[in-house]
Amino acid sequence: MTSIVPQEQSSESKKNLSTEEHEDFRLFGLIAFLIADGMTFAGFFAAYLTFKAVNPIGPDAIYELELPLPTLNTVLLLLSSFTFHRAGKFLEKDEAKQCQRWLLITGVLGVAFLISQMFEYFTLPFGLTDNLFASTFYALTGFHGLHVTLGSIMIMIIWWQTRIQHGRVNKENKFPFEAVELYWHFVDGIWVVLFIILYLL
Amino acid sequence: MTISLEPRNSPPERLQPTGWLKYLSFSLDHKVIGLQYLVCGFLFYLIGGSLAGAIRVELTSPLSDFMPREVYNQVLTLHGTIMIFLWIVPVVNGAFGNYLIPFYVGARDMAFPRLNAVAFWLIPPSGLMLITSYFINGAAQSGWTAYPPLSITTPAAGQIIWILSVLLLGGSSIFGGINFIATILKLRRPGLKLMQLPMYCWAMLGTSILVVLSTPVLAGTLILLSFDIVANTGFFNPSLGGNVIVYQHLFWFYSHPAVYIMVLPAFGLVSEILPIHSRKPLFGYTTMVFSIMGIVVLGLVVWAHHMFTSGTPPWMRLFFTIATAFIAVPTGIKFFNWVATLWGGKIALNGAMLFSCGFIINFVLGGITGVALAQVPFDVHVHDTYFVVAHFHYIVYGGSVFVIFSSIYHWFPKFTGKMLNENIGRLHFILTFIGFNLCFAPQHWLGLNGMPRRVAEYDPQFQLINQISSLGALLMALSTLPFLWNIFQSLLYGEEAGDNPWNALTPEWLTSSPPPVENWEGEAPLVLEPYGYGRRDSIETQEQKK
Amino acid sequence: MPKLSATLTLISSVILGIGGVWIAYNVDMLPLGASMNAPIYDELYRVLFIIGSILFIGMTALVIYSLIQFRRKPGDTDDGINLEGNITLEIFWTAVPAIVVLFVGLYSYDIYDRMGGMQPLMHDHSAQMDNQAERLWGGIGSGPIETASSNNSSSLPIELTAMQFAFIFHYPKEDIITGELHVPLGKEVNLKMESKDVIHAFWVPQFRLKQDVIPGQPTILNFTPTKTGNFPIVCAELCGPYHGGMRSNVIVEEQEDFDTWLRENSKETV
Repeated sequence: MTSIVPQEQSSESKKNLSTEEHEDFRLFGLIAFLIADGMTFAGFFAAYLTFKAVNPIGPDAIYELELPLPTLNTVLLLLSSFTFHRAGKFLEKDEAKQCQRWLLITGVLGVAFLISQMFEYFTLPFGLTDNLFASTFYALTGFHGLHVTLGSIMIMIIWWQTRIQHGRVNKENKFPFEAVELYWHFVDGIWVVLFIILYLL
Repeated sequence: MTISLEPRNSPPERLQPTGWLKYLSFSLDHKVIGLQYLVCGFLFYLIGGSLAGAIRVELTSPLSDFMPREVYNQVLTLHGTIMIFLWIVPVVNGAFGNYLIPFYVGARDMAFPRLNAVAFWLIPPSGLMLITSYFINGAAQSGWTAYPPLSITTPAAGQIIWILSVLLLGGSSIFGGINFIATILKLRRPGLKLMQLPMYCWAMLGTSILVVLSTPVLAGTLILLSFDIVANTGFFNPSLGGNVIVYQHLFWFYSHPAVYIMVLPAFGLVSEILPIHSRKPLFGYTTMVFSIMGIVVLGLVVWAHHMFTSGTPPWMRLFFTIATAFIAVPTGIKFFNWVATLWGGKIALNGAMLFSCGFIINFVLGGITGVALAQVPFDVHVHDTYFVVAHFHYIVYGGSVFVIFSSIYHWFPKFTGKMLNENIGRLHFILTFIGFNLCFAPQHWLGLNGMPRRVAEYDPQFQLINQISSLGALLMALSTLPFLWNIFQSLLYGEEAGDNPWNALTPEWLTSSPPPVENWEGEAPLVLEPYGYGRRDSIETQEQKK
Repeated sequence: MPKLSATLTLISSVILGIGGVWIAYNVDMLPLGASMNAPIYDELYRVLFIIGSILFIGMTALVIYSLIQFRRKPGDTDDGINLEGNITLEIFWTAVPAIVVLFVGLYSYDIYDRMGGMQPLMHDHSAQMDNQAERLWGGIGSGPIETASSNNSSSLPIELTAMQFAFIFHYPKEDIITGELHVPLGKEVNLKMESKDVIHAFWVPQFRLKQDVIPGQPTILNFTPTKTGNFPIVCAELCGPYHGGMRSNVIVEEQEDFDTWLRENSKETV
């Protein structure tokens, strides 16, 4: 997702390049991608809601979902969005140490979410193929969990890259940071929708 | 925010392959990628066409005697999938989009060149994977729609490979769509307004919006379907409590917009070709733009007209009838505008023009049968019959493929610097047009009279008409020969084209043929009136003043 | 000159209009109509055919005329006129198709209603609108208007089970199981359909009716045959290798013949 703008062949091309400097539209591309990704979730949600409306599962098969664990998960993710934001503030101020610390907290929160999710999976009374509701439940949370996993890995990479004052990710080159932050907020937003639709409705 | 970006970090010039080898490399040049899409797509077209030939041979007799029944279903599945996902979608979007859009917006490349190359290089492996599945354990045999529970109960290996390759192709399509949106909206040359862009840009913008919004839903659906096949879940498996109709809704939420993903770029290409060869401005630019956007919006809310017989409540049938029929309005505007563009022009009867006009005639017929099919009471009789087969081939072959040929005749001089032979071009057109209509027009009658689609054996009373149809298919196959001859002959011995053989105003003609890397030697031209035919003098003086 | 071209336009449109109607009434592409649905369907078909022929012939004629009339003369390198649009014309050809489409939509709604598409399903069981009844989905003709008001007990209930690759009909009253559908002339038939494996579709071209037969999702289809004879039943949804061979027959016969058939077959099964 890097954009390449011809600049180096300066001697002969500098005189004529109209696209030499332009807006950084990499974030724009990422937003378009996240819209596409959001549509995948929208498809899953639509399927889940239709299944729920049209194919009600038999009374003997209803499993009440426990609320405490997913509520904890929601808190974890929302908190991590906040800590990511804090990290961004420190990056802006060029304080790599502080930024790194907040990034680490964000990453740990992400991993904690995954662990808690795993724990929920193991304690649930139903498995993937038990019934339609169970399958949809695992498909939705699993697909979201995949996103969280990828996000956590990317946060750790960013964390590694901010370890020195002027590393690869810094005040001047903060696209990787912004991209991961945007992605992370997106994943959190999806979780909130998922939490409402799957657990509360 | 304006930032200066890091310098281009591609390997130095001398390390990059030159000559024809660059077409096999991971090139970042949008023109190379465009031609890669085009040639790769055409190779898949030849494969898909051979499969269609096999189907037509099977149908010359009412018995299933040419190939085993399972193989027949594999062949029709592969034919549909290859033609849609490996020929039309990559070519009308990827090939011409990549080649032309940067020129039209006055840029030196696409917004994300590397993503662009990745998007292309996803296609050949997934296409090969799809085709080799036939030799491993049998390809998918549930049609390109892969309706469960049939797709769950047929041999799993082929179906899973089918899902994988469609997922990869969908990913390629999404990457391309993101790239086009960013290029058109963000990479425009300063001073160039959206309403001054050539129409193809608008078509690609609309198409890319559809790609980004609808393709992911197909991806999600196919993931669920693959769980049903591999992990024994029951999303779409009624015996496990699932619901097959939900699959159809999700599938058509992508696959109806997919029709517009195949024809909207074709509309855009025709809008470029007609003005140049009739030497008149495009008629009604503004209404054309609005009709494209109208088609995009309506295209997203009509999917259930593919499911009128699969058990849909009456209110849903009515809503989708009306919504679908209304797509005829913006589409109609475009066709009337094109005829008005021709009217009073100075029309060159060359390959490009003839194929474009053939497109108009074919597509009008396809559109009329489309409006008819949108009517629930009409559809319950002809749904899933040869009437539908005829309808969509008039749309995708008579529409998109005719436009692809038209565009090849039009842009070949720019691609290669050589002119094509127009006489052979006319022969190619006549053979294709007659063959196409001979093949598909009789299928309307077949459908109305009781021949369902996707069958290897049928009522003997339909034999004669089927043989006529197969004869048309043979003509279509033969028409490829003069075309290929023309291409190779011109590549080797063709007349030099010069920079602007059509005396056109759109930006891609204002550079050498073939264009250099980075598109222009000097500054990119600012073309504010891409369709200013008839008042060239005033435009040229304007340009000079700048 | 403008007067002349206006007259010519008018004359050609009238010829086109008459031609379209003539074609629609003289080119018959439909098979025999043998149900109460069929004449209504054919009426809609005719209207669509008239509009379609006018549009198609008109557009084709315009394109071919332009190609011949406005073809470039050898040696002419000038541009054509600089005509970038015409708001009146553009509004005209936005409005006219919109009106035509609206007309077609309303007309087909009317047709749909006359075919019985808007009748509530399972009107005889309205008291027990439980989950099961809600999940029944009907095809068109789920209650033709002539019989909907009359006593429902006059309709003949038949159960259809589709499987790879056959249709099995079951007459619940007489408990007859058969692979060929026998129905009496002029009596409403109430088909309740369900599939055992994959999706099939029940289609009788002469009845102009089709409804998918779906596993796990009963569907219903009502029709009233109006001609005696032997008509094909075709499966219209890809259902596997032998999809093309999944055909059967519906035999429409006079009431007496039908009763005889019922009697003979009940004896056999008893």
